[in-house]
Amino acid sequence: MLPYIGRRCLQLIPVLLGMTFIVFLIIRAIPGDPARVILGQQASEELIVALRQQLGLDNPWYIQYFEYLKGLLTGDLGESLRTKQPIVTEIWPYLAATIELALFAMILAVVIGMNAGIISAWFQNSWFDYLAMIIALIGVSMPIFWLGLMEQWAFSINLGWLPTSGREDVRAPVEAITHFYLIDTLIQGRFDQFLTTLKYLILPGIALATIPMAIIARMTRSSMLEVMRSDYIRTARAKGQKMVKVVYRHALKNALIPILTVIGLQTGLLLGGAILTETIFSWPGIGRYIYEAIGFRDYPVIQSGILVVAFMFVMINLIVDILYSAIDSRIRYN
Amino acid sequence: MKNKISTLWLLLVLCLVFLLVACNGSESTEPEDTTEQTNEETEETNESVPQVLVFGRGGDSVSLDPAIVTDGESFKVTENIFETLLDFGEQDTTVHPGLAKEWEVSEDGLTYTFKLEEGVKFHDGTDFNAEAVVKNIERWKGGAEEKFYYFHSMFKANGEDIIEEVIAEDDYTVVFKLSRPQAPFLKNLAMSPFGIASPTAFEAAGDAFGDNPVGTGPFKFVEWKRNDSITVAKNEDYWQEGLPKLDTIIFRAIPENSARLNALLAGEIDLADGINPSDVSIIEGDANLQLIERPSMNIGYLGLTNTRPPFDNVLVRQAVNHAIDKQTIVDAFYEGLAEVAVNPMPSSISGYNEEITGYEYNPEKAKELLAEAGYDGTPIELWAMPVPRPYMPDGQKIAEAIQKNLEDVGIPSSIQSVDWATYLDRANKGEFDAFLLGWTGDNGDADNFLYTLLDKDNIGSNNYAYYSNDEVHDLLISAQSEVDEEVRNELYKQAQEIIFEEAPWVPLAHSIPLLAGKKGVTDYYPHPTGSESLKNVSIQ
Repeated sequence: MLPYIGRRCLQLIPVLLGMTFIVFLIIRAIPGDPARVILGQQASEELIVALRQQLGLDNPWYIQYFEYLKGLLTGDLGESLRTKQPIVTEIWPYLAATIELALFAMILAVVIGMNAGIISAWFQNSWFDYLAMIIALIGVSMPIFWLGLMEQWAFSINLGWLPTSGREDVRAPVEAITHFYLIDTLIQGRFDQFLTTLKYLILPGIALATIPMAIIARMTRSSMLEVMRSDYIRTARAKGQKMVKVVYRHALKNALIPILTVIGLQTGLLLGGAILTETIFSWPGIGRYIYEAIGFRDYPVIQSGILVVAFMFVMINLIVDILYSAIDSRIRYN
Repeated sequence: MKNKISTLWLLLVLCLVFLLVACNGSESTEPEDTTEQTNEETEETNESVPQVLVFGRGGDSVSLDPAIVTDGESFKVTENIFETLLDFGEQDTTVHPGLAKEWEVSEDGLTYTFKLEEGVKFHDGTDFNAEAVVKNIERWKGGAEEKFYYFHSMFKANGEDIIEEVIAEDDYTVVFKLSRPQAPFLKNLAMSPFGIASPTAFEAAGDAFGDNPVGTGPFKFVEWKRNDSITVAKNEDYWQEGLPKLDTIIFRAIPENSARLNALLAGEIDLADGINPSDVSIIEGDANLQLIERPSMNIGYLGLTNTRPPFDNVLVRQAVNHAIDKQTIVDAFYEGLAEVAVNPMPSSISGYNEEITGYEYNPEKAKELLAEAGYDGTPIELWAMPVPRPYMPDGQKIAEAIQKNLEDVGIPSSIQSVDWATYLDRANKGEFDAFLLGWTGDNGDADNFLYTLLDKDNIGSNNYAYYSNDEVHDLLISAQSEVDEEVRNELYKQAQEIIFEEAPWVPLAHSIPLLAGKKGVTDYYPHPTGSESLKNVSIQ
């Protein structure tokens, strides 16, 4: 197993390097000048030229790229053109905010999606099956933007149950340690704040979870249906074993591989696709960090932000691959 | 393995149950939470409920060092942390005492002597005095032009410093010596970027000063969670008796306009900036909310690139001015919350030419002019702003209305749009035939509209229309150093006449930017420049 992980990690290097290169070229191909955006509408041409020089933007692209790579090798992601802060320190709170939200959304999606799929498969062609699959179809096709605003309208404005936006009650802010607020509040023994943090997670969590939840439900259903047609399940059902036992002991384990693949892929997509949710719910996450950087043509931030997200995407795939062998002992990595 | 999986499932199900409990329980726990919190805070301060104001706005600040930024969101916060030598009026741009309580101007307009307030301290305990003022000016003057952008653009002309020397005559007297008279000098000093910072703090912090701002203002900086919130707290030692009234202000960034309105409706924020004109009815229909109008100091316009055909012909530009029905556009897209524009600056600014009545909406006249110009019906590209701004609430829809107006007189056009950074970049390079854009004034001076937007010096900067006229240029330049207000106004009036004849743009509207707040927010007076100190505000 270990050599396999090592090999996979080595493979990461060319993948990420290729990524930085592509991102580097694409963002420089789009028109728009960071110096002009930084100086605002009033600036004169000479000033813009001076600032470009100071920011190193007047160098040929390959020199800029190698400078960037050199920095990466020493663990330096560069400095934001806009805020002048080192990205390494600036990026962490955003990243933590997104990971917390994404994990929360994934737990929601997996728990609800898988169970809905399992029940649909077990009671195939029942009213629950039809209903769940119709909901799943709506879930896949629902625009997140619209869903988010509707959630705010229903649960915050009309019912007053949940906050509309943000990560915390700004009037009683969380003291950040790790920047994972659920963990921070527990470390400080602030159970009240822990619950508040959870409340802030629910609406964006649901908005973000909807699509993966629907996809997982559909995948689980079809995968389970296939397994349940097999002889050993039929035997177990004939023996009169309880549904929970048959499903969770016997069937699920064999149906899990494709489901796990989908979960892995969806988690990666979730990380990259959190921009809309983060904008509607003013969630200070990495999606918004990159989005705002694009508006300001803050090249180092765009590059590093995408690099970090890509890194996590690849890591999730690695974890999924490792989990395969844990679930199905026939899979070996030699 | 079996056990492992079932334990995992058990955990997940527990999580879900826990969530549902947390969700359902919110209704009953919330009041408890607040009482607990209030109790705690009451014990601490031994007073009634602390006055906390949450201000919801569209974006985060770039830096909290006002001297190095150019964006309005940064100034909204720094106005509360820093103070300037002179202040603008509460809701206009007249000049009032600030950290300088009185001043004298020499007859030749070259020497300004300021008497400073005594006994004022910066938040870090440093004394505010003449020496501190000198150090601030030296910092701005000595720094690179692209870093202290506003200082150099306001106090430098043709590469020469207008502020020749600043001398601390005694502890509380500062003398500014100018190299040439500058009419808007006092107004310039009142601008947000010239907030006086603690010399001890900026010397020690260097580039990090923007993260740890120290001024003399009514509020002290507490915390900044980037892209999320900035917290400032009451300066207990503030020099103006009884101020500020609030204990804490939290500036929250909520980028999406509808989400910000939702947060206001749900009671999470007390003030919301950037209200869409189309949402006015929602606010007026809610008994707990009030609509707040910011005095107008802006212009939304359709720029016609004067160097590109067909707009290199003045007759075509005049025709377009006759072709566009401005009143209908204002009624439809600004919900009537705007004044139809005639000149390139709002009528509230001194020097405005009231004799110009503008081009009337007259398609027939437009057709005649086009025929006279020999326009051959070549289609044009009409560029629509991709982002809403107070002066342009919906670029796309306004462009559609204009497209219809142009079509009626026989100018076919296609509407185009790109992202905002690219838009400004390409407009700047003169690549658009006709484009929507606008401007919000910095200091309420005619110079800040006419010279900035339409002088040939600013081609490649803010003169996106590439309009160049030597006569206008001479008028604007002489107005810059004219100290007699009446003579100066006369120069601006003449410039407006020429600009009217030459029609480099179609001025569309001077809008009233909207905010909304809870009913209990009192004494909040938004400033036309877009940023104001909240020291008088309280929550009832």
